[in-house]
Amino acid sequence: MTTNQLIYLIEGTGWTLLLALTGFLGGGVLGLMIALMRVSRVTSLRWLSYLYVQLVQGIPLPVLMFLSFFGLAVAGFNIPAFVAAAVSMTIFAAAYLGEIWRGSIEAVPKTQWEAGESLGLTDFQQMRDIILPQAIRLSIPPTIGFMVQIIKNTSYSVVIGFIELTQAGKIINNAIYKPFLIFTLVGAIYFSLCSPLSRLSRRLEARLRSRGA
Amino acid sequence: MTVVPTMAPDGPIVAFNDVHKRYGAIDVLKGITFSVRRGEVVCIIGRSGSGKSTALRCINGLERIQAGELTVCGKDISAASRSELRRVRQDVGIVFQSYNLFPHLTVSENIMLAPRRVKGMDRATARTVAEEVLAKVGLADKFDAYPEQLSGGQQQRVAIARALAMQPQLMLFDEVTSALDPELKGEVLRVMEDLAAGGMTMILVTHEMAFARHVADTVIFMHQGRIHETGPGDVLLAPQTPELQQFVANGL
Amino acid sequence: MKYQFDFSFFWDADNAYWQDLAYGALLSAELTIVALVCGFLVGTCAAVGRVTGPGWLRWTIATYVEIIRNTPLLVQTFWLFFGLSSIGFRVPAFAAAVIALTINVGAYSCEIIRAGIESIHKGQVEAAESLALGPISTFLDVILPPAIEKVLPALASQFVLMMLASSIMAQISAEELMAAASRTQSETFRGFEIYIVVAVIYLVMSIILRFIILGLGWIVFPRRRRLAQR
Ligand SMILES: Nc1ncnc2c1ncn2[C@@H]1O[C@H](COP(=O)(O)OP(=O)(O)O)[C@@H](O)[C@H]1O
Ligand SMILES: [Mg+2]
Repeated sequence: MTTNQLIYLIEGTGWTLLLALTGFLGGGVLGLMIALMRVSRVTSLRWLSYLYVQLVQGIPLPVLMFLSFFGLAVAGFNIPAFVAAAVSMTIFAAAYLGEIWRGSIEAVPKTQWEAGESLGLTDFQQMRDIILPQAIRLSIPPTIGFMVQIIKNTSYSVVIGFIELTQAGKIINNAIYKPFLIFTLVGAIYFSLCSPLSRLSRRLEARLRSRGA
Repeated sequence: MTVVPTMAPDGPIVAFNDVHKRYGAIDVLKGITFSVRRGEVVCIIGRSGSGKSTALRCINGLERIQAGELTVCGKDISAASRSELRRVRQDVGIVFQSYNLFPHLTVSENIMLAPRRVKGMDRATARTVAEEVLAKVGLADKFDAYPEQLSGGQQQRVAIARALAMQPQLMLFDEVTSALDPELKGEVLRVMEDLAAGGMTMILVTHEMAFARHVADTVIFMHQGRIHETGPGDVLLAPQTPELQQFVANGL
Repeated sequence: MKYQFDFSFFWDADNAYWQDLAYGALLSAELTIVALVCGFLVGTCAAVGRVTGPGWLRWTIATYVEIIRNTPLLVQTFWLFFGLSSIGFRVPAFAAAVIALTINVGAYSCEIIRAGIESIHKGQVEAAESLALGPISTFLDVILPPAIEKVLPALASQFVLMMLASSIMAQISAEELMAAASRTQSETFRGFEIYIVVAVIYLVMSIILRFIILGLGWIVFPRRRRLAQR
């Protein structure tokens, strides 16, 4: 394995991280909207968001990648694979983050809403000042846990030819054909990105649980 | 119920001889000596944390002892191997405060599990046994119910029936009415009374002083890991030591 | 520019692409079901070893689970498929896909089932031991059934995710739905239409799969059925 190939892998890692970050931020914004719609009092919003979640959670991410890729093309955009991948990651992450955050919001006891109500706060104020601060605390461990899924799932962008870490590994392997070496290395890079997040998530979760008890 | 004696019929069925039990650095049993004859009903009383449950759990080997001798049904428990322990457990039934019924099994399945798995009983025989013991605790109509469909008192009676289905020589009861609402305690106490009247050898940890005085041949008062006072049921009326006096005064 | 949707090629008489896709979907289902069944068995055994085994075994299983859960399925699959063939084991792509997915399902199931086992109250085990049940009966009769019953919804969700993940196996040229889709795309250049259809197929399959798993639970665990009746 040459130095150039190693640099190629590191570049791929950079793209993986950039894609993951984009997906997390995009998915975070959209996911928050989904979560709020899921707990909203407006029936049509609840249904719409429910449909979105069910739809996205029933379709493989590689298929979402293709849909974004071909869909944006037929819409007349001539776009690089990164954009299609980022859009897919956003759509994907929003569905799962939306569900995680809905769970956190619903985990805040009903009496908290009632307390806010009896203080004369509006719905919006109750959500912003009372519910969300508590829900955020509950949501941190599973959100960090889901970041692991985001990082791993960026590898599905290989189907539309985006060159991130996994694709870079495959390209190098095609050149030198040392699959154990290369994919162990690639796997180790993913592991070093994901494992700390997994452990942090577990630790925070345990702490939250021991405080709650 | 026929009982096959595994030893001289008049020898003690349980014999503690200077038994010590430690959890880490904590001495829980600090030299316990007492024995139980066949057919005898022994009530163990004492404050929470005095070691009553531990003493009971040593008898069927749920806890291993560190020093002394403990003989159960003629077998030295302290040195028993796992399989020897299982053999002894077939003769020793235990009922816990928290029932511990298997929630995924029906009442009859709870009762039939051990006779079938341990004694290799066929389904039909096990069924007959289950019907018998359920009738004995007055729950013949709950044969196919699930535990969560029963009241606490009913669950506890099923737990007793489940232990009886193994045809034990000795029954242990660890505060079996403590978790029950007052109006449900009576039905469980009555079942135990019937068992005692039928000649079952029983050791029971209880906070029901009136019941203890009524059914016990022997009352053992445990205090800080030791047997502090012992005597017939009436000892509760005339305690000798100040500790038991105080305990009885607070308890009754 | 206005895009004209055209789904007609699926039914065109001379090259019936719908048959190709349907066969691909069948292979995807087969791949998934074999991997789920094997992976569930692996996961159950791993969970047992993780909870009751000696230290070295617990460590080994924990390491297996951590590695699988913190690396992409695709990388694991490449490692296995290209790796094995590089040392002379030419495993067919479909078999490699089954193995990779099984290993993956095993790790996730292990974690879920372990959580189920650990949620079983200590009193249950003591009750079983007190009834003179041996360790095997205690585990198979008293611990495992309620543990799995408890985590069945989590298992169902995970299994659906695994079915969706099987779509990546076309990357090692395993013959399944995505491979059929890709072939159709290269012949018709109707990518958007094709993947809309493929998305619908996966959606339907994920609904069916969830239905099957919960239905199996309904059959295997009679308690819920009985308690729901009243
Ligand atoms: N598994 C255990 N580990 C450590 N300490 C224990 C354990 N079980 C009981 N103990 C301690 O042993 C003492 C006696 O407990 P126990 O026999 O349950 O008392 P009782 O049944 O009379 O209330 C208590 O101080 C308790 O904290
Ligand atoms: Mg106790």
